Order: sequence, then structure tokens, then C-alpha cells
Amino acid sequence: MNSLESSSESQPQSLREWLLSEAPTSRRQARMGSFYQGWLALKSNNLTMIGLGILLFLLFVALFAPVLAPADPFAQNLSNRLQPPGSEGHLLGTDSLGRDILSRLIYGSRITLYIVTLVALIAPVLGLFVGTVAGYLGGWVDSILMRITDIFLAFPRLVLALAFVAALGAGIENAVIAISLTAWPPYARIARAETLTIRRADYISAVQLQGAGPLRIISKHIWPLCISSLIVRVALDMAGIILAAAGLGFLGLGAQPPSPEWGAMISEGRKFLLDFWWVATIPGLAIFMVSLGFNLLGDGLRDVLDPKDSGDA
Amino acid sequence: MPNDSNNLIDVEDLWVKFPTRTGMFDAVRGVSFSLGKERLGIVGESGSGKSMTGRALLRLIRKPGIVTAKRMSLHGEDLMAKSERQMRKVRGQQISMVMQDPKFSLNPVMTIGEQIMEAYSLHAKGSKKAAKEKALEMLRAVSIRDPERVFRAYPHEMSGGMGQRVMIAMMLAPDPEILIADEPTSALDVSVQGQVLSIMDKLVEERGMGLILISHDLNLVSSFCDRVLIMYAGRIVETCRADQLQQAQHPYTRGLLNSLPRLDQPKRRLDVLQREASWRDASSVVDAS
Amino acid sequence: MSGIDIQKLNVWFGKGEDRVDAVIDATLKVASGESFGLVGESGSGKSTILRAMMGLVPDYSGHMVVADESLTKKRAASFYKKVQMVFQDPYASLHPRHSVDQVLSETLYLHGYKDIDQRVPKLLSDVGLGGAFRFRYPHQLSGGQRQRVAIARALAPEPKILLLDEPTSALDVSVQAEILNLLVDLREEHQLTYLMVSHDLAVVSHMCEQIAVMQHGKVVEILSVEDMRKMQPRHEYSKHLLTSSLGYSRQSADL
Repeated sequence: MNSLESSSESQPQSLREWLLSEAPTSRRQARMGSFYQGWLALKSNNLTMIGLGILLFLLFVALFAPVLAPADPFAQNLSNRLQPPGSEGHLLGTDSLGRDILSRLIYGSRITLYIVTLVALIAPVLGLFVGTVAGYLGGWVDSILMRITDIFLAFPRLVLALAFVAALGAGIENAVIAISLTAWPPYARIARAETLTIRRADYISAVQLQGAGPLRIISKHIWPLCISSLIVRVALDMAGIILAAAGLGFLGLGAQPPSPEWGAMISEGRKFLLDFWWVATIPGLAIFMVSLGFNLLGDGLRDVLDPKDSGDA
Repeated sequence: MPNDSNNLIDVEDLWVKFPTRTGMFDAVRGVSFSLGKERLGIVGESGSGKSMTGRALLRLIRKPGIVTAKRMSLHGEDLMAKSERQMRKVRGQQISMVMQDPKFSLNPVMTIGEQIMEAYSLHAKGSKKAAKEKALEMLRAVSIRDPERVFRAYPHEMSGGMGQRVMIAMMLAPDPEILIADEPTSALDVSVQGQVLSIMDKLVEERGMGLILISHDLNLVSSFCDRVLIMYAGRIVETCRADQLQQAQHPYTRGLLNSLPRLDQPKRRLDVLQREASWRDASSVVDAS
Repeated sequence: MSGIDIQKLNVWFGKGEDRVDAVIDATLKVASGESFGLVGESGSGKSTILRAMMGLVPDYSGHMVVADESLTKKRAASFYKKVQMVFQDPYASLHPRHSVDQVLSETLYLHGYKDIDQRVPKLLSDVGLGGAFRFRYPHQLSGGQRQRVAIARALAPEPKILLLDEPTSALDVSVQAEILNLLVDLREEHQLTYLMVSHDLAVVSHMCEQIAVMQHGKVVEILSVEDMRKMQPRHEYSKHLLTSSLGYSRQSADL
């Protein structure tokens, strides 16, 4: 890194100094510097770090599931069914078919992560695109796009999922698509509202005066400013997304048996809730923890990405 | 430090600090002054600490801000020792504040009449009728020609100058002894500034009030006030009588005066203020009134 | 060559009953290389004239000839190489997520320059900012520094005419002096024509040779700065502006 020699001191700068430098000497340094400062702000909030920790743990578990799981999540053992937590060989007990709950939980984390990632990639991106184009161009483009948004907003999630299942068959992918199709409209509205405000700013006028066209303005000037609020909203929505997937799984519309999806596990354990509480409760706790993690992270992200730094004196 | 019982306010060694990630930031550093029944101007640029001083007087600075002073007293009564509840009695009834932009300091969802009545009723017992009477009287006092109509109107229907007059009416309704005006005319057009200032002038005169005018506008303060304090980097660097401002001594004050373009003195280039570290580090000039 | 000729400019917003006439029949002429001031209070239409010239205003009528080009409803890209604008609020005229380098590079790129990497440092030094500022973000700059960047951005396409919309209103007095000096220097160096809008008579008198006074959308008087300094404006409103700008006067305070 040539910037290590750029300082006038004889000793090279530490990485931290380089990142916090008041006079960055390259684009990369400036960009990494602002990421680092954001990270420092995030780190200072303990609750946010707890949330981040939970999610990193989820990621870790999902990645190393085959190594971490003590047993095969699909292996049935009918003579060992409904064993309580703490039984030999089954830390969290077994379910109604004798399968190890802990292993199913671990493998189920992969499905949860899969759902979360897919929805996070589809819904906000689609919403950002629709919202910013509608907000910037205005006129009939705006009207048409917003009416399309309204139509999708009007769909109840479960009804749409049912329709998909009827048309395409049940399965986790279809559940994800159904959720994404009902999740994108709020992002479009947020993005549009932000765009309407940003559009009037002097810095947009200034770049128009340089001859920039709508494509450049939307993608390079408006999107960077909308992304913060979208990220925050996505993080906070994740809890709801997971619950929606779990709800679909519960109804049998999402992951199909014997898939260890957490919502489906709750559904299977419902019959035994009173006598064998752990079958439904433990996956429920897992959902709770992950939702909590996303909420805490989302809150912290909002504090860091707060538009206070978007130009107010 | 004059301990004149004629003084309305005495401030000695006022400090306002804010903890930040990179250390303690001192917004006001050891400011001392007193206010009598006069018009005192506090002039400074942004970051000089002038607004913070005004807010500190009203104990409006919340945590994590830290306010300390050897003395901050109103009529000899220590303001620092008062509880929040006691300060609420002081605010409005004894010391009032008019802020810069009525767009932001008037409640947009209440009518003007309601707001003035509220300001009055917080400190006076009496019927709603009496409060309404008082509100109309105050609107007349700030030269609003149609008080009934303005009474029923909302803030967004007012122009800047009208809004600021309403603000003054509201702040003077409880009859305070001291008015702190923080950049009261900065958001107003030049021709309206004169009107608003003369209303403030008249009311302060009539009621025998003390006025602290905080502004960045040297010209304004020197032509309106009796005495001027010049602040820089949280400290008072100079005090003088308003009519003697042109003979000011401190290099910062001189620098400010010389960097202003003047209609009557054409210059090829404006003098640029060269800041000295010594102005920041020297201790605050004590206001010897 | 690089003059401005505006004849009977009308600008309005809204239609029918909601129509607001921001500029009414404005006529003024700026000679090539001259510095011309537009003075008025808020709502006088002064900034609107600048925006109409730059094509930022949808509805207007009248005839404008700028840099020998007769203006139509749309502005060609070549227009923006001749005329540029500096906005009032330095805190709002720079994109909060773009570094100074990005702002200037993008401008140069959009105007078709190829040697961007050489031009950016030169632009920065022209406005008195060193290399240390090149990769900073706006929130790491003071108001005066941001305004310098805005001026650098306006100078990037090497224009002949600069429109200045209250360039120092949002700045401290001491910073204002620096920026005004910079503008004076740049004008000499690059032989620029300035059309400057301000509410501050003293600033305009310092910077300009001729002044147009505007009130409620109309140009009420055009006079030279000397006449202004001699306290010899003719129109009532100009006189009023002049006296108000001299500070508060107890005697003349009337309600």
C-alpha cells in the first residue's frame, strides 16, 4: 500500500491510522475509511453486537452443519420417539419419529438462511428499482408503477402462497417467491418517498447541469442514498420474513416433510405441545433468537446509517 | 467581578462541555459577564459558543452536555442550584428566548392564538378568557394590525416577519424580565429585520427588560445594542460599548470588521482573518461593566 | 462573446388559479467579461432568473441570448460547457456520499475530458484546496471548503459565464471574505463573466459593477455600483434596501 509511505513520519502508519486518516490519498482509502468509521460506530452499541453475534452464529452453524450435527436429521427411530431434552445421545430430545431435534435444528438453519438470503436479494432490489424510477421520472411512469405496487400490496401473503402452491406445487422455492412478491411493495414506497425528497436537492440539479441523464442520476446519485434506509428496513423485516416462511411451513405450504425447516417442525410438534413441549418449543425458540438478532442488528444499523450525515449542517 | 445587585444576571466562569468519541469538546470556556437593564449583544461566528451560552442560561442544555459555572445567578438567586421544576418556573416567566426561525419554533399544528395562550397560562392563573385577552393584547403590542385574524391562523400562513413577531408576542406574554434573542432576524429579509428589531426595542424599553441579542452580524449588533461581547472558540475575546466597536482592539474583532465588504469603503480585496492560536488559548476576557 | 441578454423574461409556477408569477418581464444585459449583480429579498425572483437560464425551470417565456446562443426550451450539452452555476447552500450542493474526487471526476467525465487524473488536482489548487482534500467526503469539509469544491466543479468544463446564487450567504463572515477574494481572483484569471445573486448589498457592491434591484419578480432599477455607493438610487425600493442594509437605526424605525 503506497499510502504507508505517504505520511511524513518515518514510521509506517498502522492500519487503523491509515483508515482514520483525515487526508486520504486514494479512492480506496477513502471508501475503506468510511466503512471503518461506520463499523466503529456499530461496534459501540452492545445490543447491536449481540444481534450481529447471533446472526454470525447462525451463519456458522449453517455452514458447518454436517460437522456440527451429532446425528442424521432424517434418521428415524420409532422406538426412541419423543425423548425429552437431556436424554442420552439427544441433547435436545427427539421428535415424534425419533429424529434428533438438535440435528434437525442445525440443518434447518440452512433452510432459514436460504429463505432469508433469497428474499433479501429479490424484494428490496426490486422495490428499489421500481421506487426510484417512479420517484425520479414522475408523471405517468410514476402512476403506472405505483398502481402496480398497490396491486401487489393488496395481496395477503398466505393467499398468494396458496395460489402458487395450487399452480406450481408446494415447496420452499415457491414459498420464497410468494413471500418476495408480497414483500417488495413497501420497499418501493420507501425508495420512492426518499427519491422525491432527494430529487429536489441542489446536488441533483448540479449534476443535471453537467449533462447527466436519468440513468446515471438514479443509479449513481439516488441509489446510494436510498440504500441505507432499505438496509435498515430489510434487517427489521427479516424477523417477519422468517415468521412468514415458518407460517407457510406450518401450513404445509413451504418446506415439505421430511425437510427440517423450523416452521414445519413446529407444525409437527403442535399435536404434542402439552405433554412433549420440546418438539415445538425448541424450533420456536430458534426462530425467536434469529428474529431477535435481526431486530437488534437492524436497530443498530439505523443508528449508524441515519441520514443525519446526508447533508444537514 | 462586580457583584452589583442592580444586575439581572451574573455569570462567572461558565463552561459547557460535550463528551465525544474523540475526547471532551468545550463549547463554552470560562465565560463571565453580567446583564443589567440594557441591551447586550453577543457576537461570534458559528462554533464560537454564543448560542450555547444563551441556552446554558436557561439550563436548556441536556445530557450528555455538562454545564458548570462558579456562578450563574438571576437577581442573586443561583440558577445552577435550581431543580428542573424550579427552572420551568424561571423559563418564560423570568427569562424568555426567541429563536431564529419561526418555521421551526412555532408549533405547526396549533393556531397562533392557542400557542400564545398556552405560553401565558403556563405561568399565570386565570380563565381562558383572560388568556385570550392577553394573547390579543400581545399581538397588538407587536404591531399586528389584525390580531383577531392572526389569532385564528396557523403558523404556515404567516410570513417570516410576522412569524417572528408572533414568537416575540408569545415569549413576552408571561411578562419576563429578560429576553434572550438567538439570531432573531437572521432568517428574515433585510427590510423586515428593521421592523422586528424595532418592536423588540420598543417592548424592551417599555417593560424595563434586559435583552441579550445573540448574532453573527456585527453591524446589526453594534447598531442595536448598548454593549457588545465578542466570542471566539468558546471564549469572550473582547467587550466594549456598541458605539465604540469600530475602535475595537482585539485582532479577532479587527479582523472581522476588516473582512466585511462595505458599501461606503470599496476595497480591491477583503482582508482575510488570520486566526492565531493565542486567541483560542487565552483566558476569557472578564466583562467589567 | 460571453454576454447575457435577457428580454422580457417571465417565469411562472402552477396553472390557472394556483399560478405564481416568480419573474415578470425581466430585462437585463450583461456585457462580456462584466460582473453583474441581482439584488432583492426572498421572493423577488432573483434566483429564479438564474435557474431559468440554466434550464432548471419548466415554464417560462421571453427571449434569452447567452454566450451568443439564443436559448430554447432545452439546453444542449454544449451550453453547459459555456455557462455554469454555483449554488447557495454548500451543505446541499455536494452529494453526501461522493468524495470530492468523485464529484470532480464525474463532472469532467460528463463533459468529455480524457485527462481526468491530471485535471482534478489542478482544479483543486485553483480554488485553494490542496491534495489532502481530494478524497474527502463532504461531511469532512467545512462550509467554506465545500463551497470551494462547488466552485471547482463549476469551473471544470472551462465555462465563460458563471452564475452565482448567493454563494456566501450560508458562510461565516471570515470565510465569506476568502470566498469572495477567490471569486475575484478567478474572474481575472479566466476572464469570466459573472451574474451574481445576493440579498446583501455590500457583497454585491464589492463584487459587481452593475446592479439590478428586484422586487416581487420585477426588475425595478438597474444602476451602477458607484451610484449605489453615492446613495443615489432612484427607485423607492432601492432606497429602502440601501437604508436597511446600513444597520439598525433607532430614529428611522417606523412601523
